[in-house]
Amino acid sequence: MTYLLRRLEFFVVTLWAALTLNFILPRLLPGGPEVALRTRFHGRVNPAAIKSLEVALGVNNNDSPFQQYLSYLGNLLHGDFGVSIGFFPKHVVDVIMLALPWTVGLVGMATVIAFVLGTLIGIVSAWRRGGVLDSVLPSIFVVTSAFPYFWIGLICIYVFSITLGWFPQAFGSSSEVSSEWSWTYISDVLVHSILPAFTIVLTSIGGWVLTMRNNMITTLAEDYVKMARAKGLSPARIMFHYAARNAILPNLVGFAMSLGFVISGALLVEIVFNYPGLGTFLRQAVNNEDFPLMQSLFLLITLAVLLAVTAADFLTAWLDPRTRERA
Amino acid sequence: MGLDVRLVADQSAVKADPARRPDRSFLNVTNAVRSNRKALAGAIILGIFVLVAVFAGSLAPYDPHAQIFDQVLGPSPSHLLGTTGNGQDIFSQLVWGTRESLAIALVAGLMATLLSMLIGVAAAYLGGVTDHVLSLVTDVFLVIPTLPLMIVVAAYARTGGLAVLIAVIVITGWSYGARQLRSQGLSLRNREFLDAARVRGERNWYVIVFEMLPTMTSLIVANFLGAALYSVLAAAGLQFIGLGNPNDMSWGTMLFWAENNGALNAGSPLWAITPGLCIALLGAAFALLNYAFDEISNPALRPIRMRKENRIAHS
Repeated sequence: MTYLLRRLEFFVVTLWAALTLNFILPRLLPGGPEVALRTRFHGRVNPAAIKSLEVALGVNNNDSPFQQYLSYLGNLLHGDFGVSIGFFPKHVVDVIMLALPWTVGLVGMATVIAFVLGTLIGIVSAWRRGGVLDSVLPSIFVVTSAFPYFWIGLICIYVFSITLGWFPQAFGSSSEVSSEWSWTYISDVLVHSILPAFTIVLTSIGGWVLTMRNNMITTLAEDYVKMARAKGLSPARIMFHYAARNAILPNLVGFAMSLGFVISGALLVEIVFNYPGLGTFLRQAVNNEDFPLMQSLFLLITLAVLLAVTAADFLTAWLDPRTRERA
Repeated sequence: MGLDVRLVADQSAVKADPARRPDRSFLNVTNAVRSNRKALAGAIILGIFVLVAVFAGSLAPYDPHAQIFDQVLGPSPSHLLGTTGNGQDIFSQLVWGTRESLAIALVAGLMATLLSMLIGVAAAYLGGVTDHVLSLVTDVFLVIPTLPLMIVVAAYARTGGLAVLIAVIVITGWSYGARQLRSQGLSLRNREFLDAARVRGERNWYVIVFEMLPTMTSLIVANFLGAALYSVLAAAGLQFIGLGNPNDMSWGTMLFWAENNGALNAGSPLWAITPGLCIALLGAAFALLNYAFDEISNPALRPIRMRKENRIAHS
């Protein structure tokens, strides 16, 4: 129980830290936002938008910083994230809801594929210790882990889309296909998602493989695996039911965590492919100096990660009795 | 055995003070680089980039900023990698870009490592409430998603240039190392040589800096390599979306301009491919060195063949 309580404490503290960072940053770094507000928007933007910006940045506000902080927290509690500047007069929440399904669909799918494939490869490569898979793959993944993943996206675009013409180069769907639930639309969306998803899988699979392989190697040395061999069980049974089942825990926990990182993990890939997800919106928010949208995206992403991390902690406590005892 | 011979030669000064442990960490590091193929490959790549950065002026044939050539030329003897959509020589940009990209990696990596050393080791050594607070802060920074945080900070402080870029990378990059160093520090806490220092009446900061840190050299170097890798990728990502100073010459800003000019479609793909390749190579150099250090500190992960070779080499 103390373990879970401690994790809850961590959840609350981190959430508070993120909210406070979001509040303090624009006020700590003067010049940028305030100057932008004055020079870029004065006279051109609707007064309501200016008001939203002023609230977000704490400009032209006669309240004390502490009062501002309280009303900021109050607004968030009511789900009031302000009005977007770039998509005026839409509310920030509505803008985010436009992008969220795209990101969750694309990155969620890619994450599941990478997890399943990577874990399987890790199991097999540890089982055949010293085999081709085992001696080649780790080195390759160490090198690919150093690649900027948005650049892999650029290469994929150049090879598969521009040179070979197999896949569309950008966007989530074609403009000529109307966005209703028809087979043409769904297949169009799928075709558009192949390249970005491939990029994400390619760049994230290495972590799964290496973790699984290293855990498998430790587990395979355990006595109960030797016992299973001595009993003459089939290799497949030993591999999956005895070794992999015990070695998979860190990967499962990592998977729970990565579901939270779904929202933040592929921001740059989305940007490269002009995919209509959160990453592209975040870039637009930065370019338009749409600070309310930018702050809300940051909060949303942090919250998602935090929820996932906490879920992963609970999952560990549930699956691994040793964690509960240690606390 | 060669290693031990050198150590014995170095030890005359150490022997006088039996409470002090011989510092073999540094020798371990150099020896490790030489005996591990991954580490050797990483060191060679890194060395080449350092040379290019130092001698950029004599290696680059043209001024990287000068827009004086025909646009979108293919590779030729006078323009090894062709020219950009703005009529600049891509090879010269690449050579000059090495300087800033490498500098960011080394400086940001070093500063992040220093910060994680300070916080991680202090938490481990001081213990109690200090440890609780420092660990909590570390965990908070570990969890807050770095890329969005970097983007937000860089967007607010857009006028800050290179210093802000490095600061952002350091702020978001120190926490992982701090956690690692804290765990190692905890395992050292009750060793006799620290007790001896305490009995001598040394101050806390002296024990941390002169007693604890030297014994952790391997892990600190590994941490630096990880932080440098992180810095390379983070800087590239931030500059790519235009959050550096776009007028600087670095690989990230090259990618930014290439993307903005649609280099892939406009017939100058090398403009986008080569800087990314350099980032990948530099990153790979750090990653290879880092992985080699992992193998050295955790023998179970070594390839089977290599373990045998090592046994022979050390016997």
